[in-house]
Amino acid sequence: MSLPAPVDLGLAALVLGLAGWVITTSATYRAAEGFVAYGLVLALVWVRLGSVDVALTEAALGSGLTGLLLLRAAARLPADDPAETTRPGPGVRVVAAVLCTAVAGALAAVVLLLPEPAPSLAPAVAANLSATGVGNPVTGVLLAFRAVDTLGESIVLVLALVGLWSLAPDDAWGGRPGFLRGPAAASPLRFLAQVLPPFGILVGIHLLWIGADHPGGKFQGATVLAAMWVLVLVAGLRQPPRVTSRPMRGLAVFGSLVFVGIGTAGAWLAGAFLAYPEGLAKPLILSIETALMLSVAVILGLLLAGPPEPDDAAGVRS
Amino acid sequence: MSAVEISTVFTVFAVSLGSLFFLAGTLGLLRLPDTLTRLHALTKADNLGLGLIVLGLLPQVSSPLGWIGLIAVWLLALLAGATVGQLLAGALRPSDGTPPDRGGGSA
Amino acid sequence: MTEFLLSAAAFVLATVALGLIRILRGPSDADRLLAAQLLGTGGVAALLLLGVATAESAIGDLALVLTLLAAFASVGFVTGTVRPDATRSPGEAPAARAADRPEPAGEETRR
Repeated sequence: MSLPAPVDLGLAALVLGLAGWVITTSATYRAAEGFVAYGLVLALVWVRLGSVDVALTEAALGSGLTGLLLLRAAARLPADDPAETTRPGPGVRVVAAVLCTAVAGALAAVVLLLPEPAPSLAPAVAANLSATGVGNPVTGVLLAFRAVDTLGESIVLVLALVGLWSLAPDDAWGGRPGFLRGPAAASPLRFLAQVLPPFGILVGIHLLWIGADHPGGKFQGATVLAAMWVLVLVAGLRQPPRVTSRPMRGLAVFGSLVFVGIGTAGAWLAGAFLAYPEGLAKPLILSIETALMLSVAVILGLLLAGPPEPDDAAGVRS
Repeated sequence: MSAVEISTVFTVFAVSLGSLFFLAGTLGLLRLPDTLTRLHALTKADNLGLGLIVLGLLPQVSSPLGWIGLIAVWLLALLAGATVGQLLAGALRPSDGTPPDRGGGSA
Repeated sequence: MTEFLLSAAAFVLATVALGLIRILRGPSDADRLLAAQLLGTGGVAALLLLGVATAESAIGDLALVLTLLAAFASVGFVTGTVRPDATRSPGEAPAARAADRPEPAGEETRR
C-alpha cells in the first residue's frame, strides 16, 4: 500500500528543481530561503525511501536549525559584499564545474557499478540485533556494531566547537557568544520562546527513548533540545554562557567521556574496546545515548550561538 | 448506518474539506495582490486545513496516544502559525505604525 | 479508507508544491518564506495522513518534529540583523532592516 507513483516522481522533480534553483539564484538570502523548502522536501523524500530516522534528522537539522542559521547569516552579509555582487572569473568557474562534475560522476559511477545484488551487511545486522537488546537496527549499528564511528563523530563535534571558538579575536575571549543576540525581540517571539521549550524538551526525550526500538535517537533528540535553547537565546530570555564557563564546557565533553569510559570498561570486562558485557548491552547503550544527547544538544546550541564577542560590543548591540 | 460507516463518512468529509482549505491557501498565496493579504490567507487556510485533517483522522486512530499525538501536532501548528503571522506582519509593517502601502490596488 | 487517505496526502502535497511558484516569483523575501511555511504545514498534513494510512507511528513523530520547528525559519527571518558596520545606509537602525525587506511588487532584484 503506497502513494501513487506520480507523487514520488513529483517529489523527485521538486527536490531537483529546488536544488537547481538554490544553486543558480543570484542572491544569498533567496538561496537560504530556497534551502529551507529544500530541506522540507528532502525530509519527505527520506520518508518515501523508508528512512524515517534520516527524515527526522533532516527535518530537525536541515529545515529547522540550519534554516535559522542560514537566514541570519545571509542577513548579516552587507548588500555590497563581494559574495553578492561579483561573479568569480571564468577560470574559477571552469575549475569549479570540472571538480563538481568529477565528484558527481565518480559518485554516479560507484552507484551504477555496484554488483547485483549490492553487497550489504543488513542481513548480518538483522541476525545479530537481538544481542544488543535494541529493536531499531539504526541504533544497533550506531551504538554497537559501528560504535567506534559514532564515538569519532561525537569527538568531531567537540573539535568543531573548538574550531569555531578559535575564530574569536583575542580581546573577545572570555565573552559570550554573540551571533544569536540582537535588538529586543518582539513579544510574540518571547511568548513562543516561553511556551514551546517544555513541549520541545518532552519531544526530545521521547525521541531518545523510542530511538531504542523505533526511528529516533540521541541525535534527533539533541537537535530538538538545541533548537529550544536557540529559541530562548534568540528571544533574549537568557544569555548564552561565557565560553570560559567550566560547567558548560564539562557538559560539552561529558558524552564523549562517558562513551570512552564505557568503551574502555568493555576492553576489560568484555574483551574488546567498545564491547558490551553480555546482557548489559541495552542499559549501557541507553546510558551512552543519554549522555551524548546532552552533550550534542549543548554543542549544537553553542555552534549556532557563534564565537564569543567582547562584552562592550554586545552592550551596544542589545 | 453503523458506527464504522458514520466514522468513515466523517473522515472522508473532514479530510476532503481540510484538503480544500490547503488548495484555498495555495490559491491565496499565488493570486492575492500583496504580502500581507497572502499572509492572512495562508495562516487561516493552513491552520484550518490541518485542523480539519486532524479531526478527520481521529476516528481512524484507535490508541489514546495516537489521539494525543494528532491533537498535539495541531495545537503546536496553531501556536507556530499564530506566532509566524504576528512576527511577519510586525516585520512587514512600517515601524512608524501607519498602515502599510497595499501596493497593487487592493482594498 | 487507506486509498482515500493516501490520495488526500498526494492532493495536499501537490497543492502546496504548487505554492512553491512563490519561491520563484517572490517578489519579496517574505513571500518566499510564506511558500516555505505553507509547504511545512502541508507536509505535516500529508505526513499525518500517510502515517495513519500506513499505521507507521514514526511518521507521526516526524510530523511532530516538523511542527515543533515550523516557526524557526520565520524567527530567523524577523530576527536577522546586520552588524553595525555592515548596514547599507549609516544610521539605519538594525530593527528597520526587517521592515525594510519587502520589495515593491514587480521589482525583482533589490538585494
